[in-house]
Amino acid sequence: MSERKARSGRIGACFAAILSCLLFVYPASSFPNQANTKEELLRVAGENGRPGGRIVIALRSEPKTLNPLIAVDGTTREVISVMQADLVHINRATQLTEPALAKSWKTSPDGLQYTLTLRQGLKFSDGQPLDMEDVLFTFRVYLDEAVHATQRDLLIVGGKPIAVRKVDAQTVVFSLAKPYGVGERLFDGMVILPRHLLETAYNEGKLAQSGAIGTAPNQWAGLGPFRLKEYVAGQRLVLERNPYYWKTDGQGNRMPYLDEIVFLFVPSADAQVLRFQSGETDMISRLGAENFSVLSRQASDYAMKDAGPGLEYNFLFFNLNELGEKASAETAHKQNWFRSEKFRQAVSLAIDREAIVRLVYQGRGAALWGPVTPGNPRWVDAAIAHPARSLDKSRQLLTEAGFRSMSGENGEPRLVDADGRPVEFSVITSASNADRAKMATLIQDDLKQLGMRVQVVPLELRSLIDRITQTKEYDACVLGVASFDADPNSDLNVWLSSGGMHLWNPSQKHPATDWEAEIDRLMEQQLTATTTAQRKKLYDRVQEILAEHQPMIFLASPDILVGAKKSIGNFHPAVLEPYVLWNVEQLYQRNGAENARR
Amino acid sequence: MSTRSRLLVCALALGALHLGVACAGFFAPYDPAAQDREHPYAPPMRPHFVDAQGRLHLRPFFYAQALRAGTFDIYEEDRASPIPVKFFVSSAPYRVLGLLRLRVHLFGGGDAPLYLLGSDAYGRDLLSRVLFGGQVSLLAGLIGAGLTLSIGLCIGAAAGFWGGWKDEVLMRVAELFLALPWIYLLFAMRAFLPLAVPPLKAFLLVVVVIGAVGWARPARMVRGIVLSAKERDFVRAARGFGASGSYLLRRHILPETASVVLTQAAILVPQFVLAEMTLSFLGLGVPEPIPSWGNLLASLQHYNVLVSYWWMYLPALAMVPFFLGYLVLASLLQGSTGAAKIEEAASGV
Repeated sequence: MSERKARSGRIGACFAAILSCLLFVYPASSFPNQANTKEELLRVAGENGRPGGRIVIALRSEPKTLNPLIAVDGTTREVISVMQADLVHINRATQLTEPALAKSWKTSPDGLQYTLTLRQGLKFSDGQPLDMEDVLFTFRVYLDEAVHATQRDLLIVGGKPIAVRKVDAQTVVFSLAKPYGVGERLFDGMVILPRHLLETAYNEGKLAQSGAIGTAPNQWAGLGPFRLKEYVAGQRLVLERNPYYWKTDGQGNRMPYLDEIVFLFVPSADAQVLRFQSGETDMISRLGAENFSVLSRQASDYAMKDAGPGLEYNFLFFNLNELGEKASAETAHKQNWFRSEKFRQAVSLAIDREAIVRLVYQGRGAALWGPVTPGNPRWVDAAIAHPARSLDKSRQLLTEAGFRSMSGENGEPRLVDADGRPVEFSVITSASNADRAKMATLIQDDLKQLGMRVQVVPLELRSLIDRITQTKEYDACVLGVASFDADPNSDLNVWLSSGGMHLWNPSQKHPATDWEAEIDRLMEQQLTATTTAQRKKLYDRVQEILAEHQPMIFLASPDILVGAKKSIGNFHPAVLEPYVLWNVEQLYQRNGAENARR
Repeated sequence: MSTRSRLLVCALALGALHLGVACAGFFAPYDPAAQDREHPYAPPMRPHFVDAQGRLHLRPFFYAQALRAGTFDIYEEDRASPIPVKFFVSSAPYRVLGLLRLRVHLFGGGDAPLYLLGSDAYGRDLLSRVLFGGQVSLLAGLIGAGLTLSIGLCIGAAAGFWGGWKDEVLMRVAELFLALPWIYLLFAMRAFLPLAVPPLKAFLLVVVVIGAVGWARPARMVRGIVLSAKERDFVRAARGFGASGSYLLRRHILPETASVVLTQAAILVPQFVLAEMTLSFLGLGVPEPIPSWGNLLASLQHYNVLVSYWWMYLPALAMVPFFLGYLVLASLLQGSTGAAKIEEAASGV
């Protein structure tokens, strides 16, 4: 045993020596003019790995683009996150900020100015040096209205875009019109773009077309741990190690350890499970609880991990849109019920959340009474009540709201409203999400006991979103939102009445109700509040309003379930996206060389 | 056994099977939509006759199943508390043939849950669901086959009897229907319907659509027989005596098609049952929580169900006796037709 350890230690040392030689010689020889600038690398603590090998991961869909400006969906963001880097980064495990491309930052006492110092001597993955011009270019692009960058909204504070000013070659100052509550978290996800590759396209107004998924590897570069190697349409995307990456491990070895990451495109969740089970892929994430338990039962050379509750919250909501003339008489009538707060509270009280956690998530999840999940302990409002399921209280609320219970055929209860109309409505869910369809079926049965007749209608996701945001022809819907950050700002467009994701009544010109107006005000205030305690107080109030008025009836939150081969080192899944790849530069193959031959 | 008695046996067996499904409420111990959230994915319970002490019981009994602590789908038999099967128990109300309201069930476990074929993801009794699901699927098959045959008979007879351009037009339309991709047609129709179709409407829609698109094949067969029948001597003679067209059809020609129509019926019913199952399997049939054989199998689309809960395959076995019955019936009917007898006679010479 000890002999083997010693041998592997020697091999490791050997590798390290070769690697550091390579690193020392390679950049110096290819870019002699840069050789004198000292590289300010970031030393990362943690288990030291060994270089070499590759990992294979399945993606549910092909990434749509490599261009961070237009990336919206999860898989695209996941791929981009391993190819790009930002100035300040949120550590997905600690959920705190840490230095990235900026080695340090200072906030002015009034909270209006952030002074960031850039690391020296860094290079993009194609070997071109990173300088302040790249940073200025990046923010110019983000803030340019013509580009329609997804990051733009986050850079508008107090109605004004953030001003960027270069101080010297290493220092840049960001000035805000108003203090910004999130502080330096703002810079997470603001990846620095390669000016040398994109400036021409930007000047020609063709930036959105750059970085298409089929781009030649030498036409694309980033500051992340991996760079583009090969793309085979419909099959795989291969990334290779970025030799200029700016992080080292505790021993000073340059990371990442892995030579390659292969993303396979495997559209169905079940097919992903099979590939993982057969050893074709090395890691799996976004697992459903049922597949997780299948894999756990048969686990041999892989380890399954329940990382705890994530940030995804699932909820039921009713159509509260002001439809005016457009609404049919039937819809208008149903909306009368939906607008009644007592009706919504009664529905909430009748739902068996504990059964949802047990039957849908096999206990690997948490029941919810608000949008902040137990996976986000810093922002959750502990004061929110968790009323137990009570059909009696629910019936009482319905009686108060003017509903009556009658005896229908077969002796089943039938709920009718004040006009004697039976309470019947449909709940739409996404057909591709088996979990939510199951929740809807459970809710259907729960509400049947109150005498409501509910029909569950699974729809294709796109037509579902279309119904909610465009045509607004639906009664109720079961949906989920997965926040990308623990900070309340990540869900800003869900809570603001003007937000496009304000699902029960999206994109309002003026808040329809007083409490929506209050939420708007509180969310605006927390944006500019300077201390976390103040922000927490304001956001707590938002959570309380939501719990009181129940525009969304929160149901449950699934745990983040992942798995990896035991041969993968430094596997520490987080509850923030990307769940398993957030520390991709630290991942390594314990049997690196064997794996490479695969 | 003569063909006639074999036919009788087969028809009786099929009749008994159908009766069983028609009275599903009586044979099923539970309401098919009732959820038992304490027992999701409970495996089938085995009837016992000999207890732990080795004593023989004439009345079968079961052992209660309870989830093993900390698990969500692993059950353990509780040997300490046997549940004797109770017969003719009163529990969930149901209707027989949509008319008679009853509460009496053939058997049940009293207060303890009794899942002969196990339970599904929501703890619903699979046996009850298979029996009630049969009502939907078989009814769809019978109505669908009836609809198809009546349309096919009318159109085939009209085309064969009147011939000429009418024949041409009807047969071209039939070919169009043969070429129709009916699954896509159904997808398209579903998209035009209002969002929430009540279960009864959804069922009728499925039946009407599968019935209405299948008439082309029987129509062509009927047409062939009518074409040959109208040239027979006795038909010509009747025509010579001044019989009207409708009299000829009714009295002389259509009876000739009876054997083909019956055989077709026996073949078409299982085909339409299968069509309903396909649609429900794809989520286009009757909605939850109403069971049909198709949507009972739909959960098998998930890998974890496929590998973890073998009893979820059982609904697939339910159709086997029915299909076998119908196909045997079809071959017996075919064997007893005149055409086959002539063939036998010809080959015997």
